[in-house]
Amino acid sequence: MMNLIWWGLLLCGVGVAVGTGRVEEISRAALEATRLSVELAIGLLGVAGFWLGLMKVAAESSLLQHLVRFLRPLLRWLFPEVPAGHPAEEAIALNLGANLLGLGNAATPFGLEAMRHLQDLNRGSSTASPAMCTLLALNTSSVTVVPVLVLSVRAAAGAANPTDIIAPILGATLTSTAAAVALDRYFRRREERAGRSR
Amino acid sequence: MLGEAADFLSRWALPFLLLFIPTYALLRGVRVYEAFLEGAGQAFELIRRIFPALVAMLVAVGVFRASGALELFSAPLRPLLDRLGFPGEVLPLLLVRPFSGSGALGIMAELIRQHGADSPVGRLAAALQGSTETTFYVLAVYFGSVGVKDYRYAVKVGLLADAVAAGAAFLFCRWLF
Repeated sequence: MMNLIWWGLLLCGVGVAVGTGRVEEISRAALEATRLSVELAIGLLGVAGFWLGLMKVAAESSLLQHLVRFLRPLLRWLFPEVPAGHPAEEAIALNLGANLLGLGNAATPFGLEAMRHLQDLNRGSSTASPAMCTLLALNTSSVTVVPVLVLSVRAAAGAANPTDIIAPILGATLTSTAAAVALDRYFRRREERAGRSR
Repeated sequence: MLGEAADFLSRWALPFLLLFIPTYALLRGVRVYEAFLEGAGQAFELIRRIFPALVAMLVAVGVFRASGALELFSAPLRPLLDRLGFPGEVLPLLLVRPFSGSGALGIMAELIRQHGADSPVGRLAAALQGSTETTFYVLAVYFGSVGVKDYRYAVKVGLLADAVAAGAAFLFCRWLF
């Protein structure tokens, strides 16, 4: 899909440029873009280093493992088919906690471990289990407190207060996570009803 | 009231994290300085990973915009977008976001540079990038890792959640800034 989007952007760009006679403009824009990408990468290096360093300190302190205890009751409600105390529960809690803290790099291994445990419960089927769908719904809408790269780009671009974007992002992701949980339940019920009437 | 809370959060989030995380870690016996250095060193790897997509998307979007194609294709949506007060400049970001996180990051960075980090467009781009997910990529990695082929309703849920996040990000930005 990215192949089509990328090619489509270039095709439309060059096509329209030929039509409107802006050929020099796009050549200049392309070269300008390569310069911007280098500037951006170098600007990002410092701020991303700072955040990743801070996050590594948090990870080493097992702050996450302490925080996830508070997630347990919520998990019982979100994943009723996962038996209490099953290893999947721990992995899911760590995955959600890492997402919450913006530890994107740490979230994925925990998430994949959770998927492995859920696949055991799913008896190796090639069809997603409801618990897997819920985990993915939470991961594709994840509540974000510290969006590391966004903050880095804003800081590198000289924003007056780079972190003032945290509030709208937190609000938006809380909304979308609530929506994802509701939609997940809605589509599951609908599928179950359709399955029974068949 | 909520606006004040948001302001408070924005102002104090970083100082709080800077004090709380190292203090907590130190009390738990972590060698905080070494841990910080190790984490900060990973920045090179992170940038190395996103750099190729950054170059690819910046060039494609730069050409797309400079040619006038962006205005041309967003023209039919213009009346609707104007009524909502939604800037058409961020449409390519929304198009790319579900497929490529680094590509979308490149577009966001470009918008921020073009319009300024604290401009309405720059802020909206940052909020959209931060609140939505690379849905197709996440689904492929997670389901692919355990050999699940039938995703059932997960794609629908993920994309609808992104749409909700985008709408909410837009409303929050308009309300807060």
